Amino acid sequence: MSNPTFERITGEITENPVMLYMKGNAMFPQCGFSARVVQILTHLGVPFKTANVLEDADLRDGIKAFSNWPTIPQLYVKGEFVGGCDIVTEMYQSGELTTFLAEKGIPHEATV
Amino acid sequence: MAMAASEIEALIKAALPDANVTIEDLAGDGDHYAATVVSDLFRGKSRVQQHQLVFAALRGRMGGELHALALQTSAPE
Repeated sequence: MSNPTFERITGEITENPVMLYMKGNAMFPQCGFSARVVQILTHLGVPFKTANVLEDADLRDGIKAFSNWPTIPQLYVKGEFVGGCDIVTEMYQSGELTTFLAEKGIPHEATV
Repeated sequence: MAMAASEIEALIKAALPDANVTIEDLAGDGDHYAATVVSDLFRGKSRVQQHQLVFAALRGRMGGELHALALQTSAPE
């Protein structure tokens, strides 16, 4: 399979331990759901990289096909798809997210 | 672009017949919903897999005409 967008995504989620596909960027999210995930990661002091799907139509469609997931944002940790806004929020509220980050060796603050 | 709550529920139940579906119209505009879906078919599946089952049930509408559906899924206790 030589899909350049899939190759790009595979590269990004491999190189960046915490990779967020979102609308806008961490400074200026352009969607409430993307903003919420940024807020959670920032609150937990997690270093992360973002890609703005609004700037790249191929990426916007590609990430949905790649993850088999119809919505943005999408969070990847150590190459593993964690979920969208609802799942990240639910994991954050239950404390599972900090446990998960610790298991994956991602630096973070243990505040909830 | 809006979808009726009853339509969402019918699609989910068509794919997950045992599901207990609760849908809340968050903004009263037929476009921002929160759904809780409890189904035995979710047992042993990750949250990502559970949500993917619901997305598949909605047959492409999620992310399209259905912009905002906050989703919570679980297997019965």
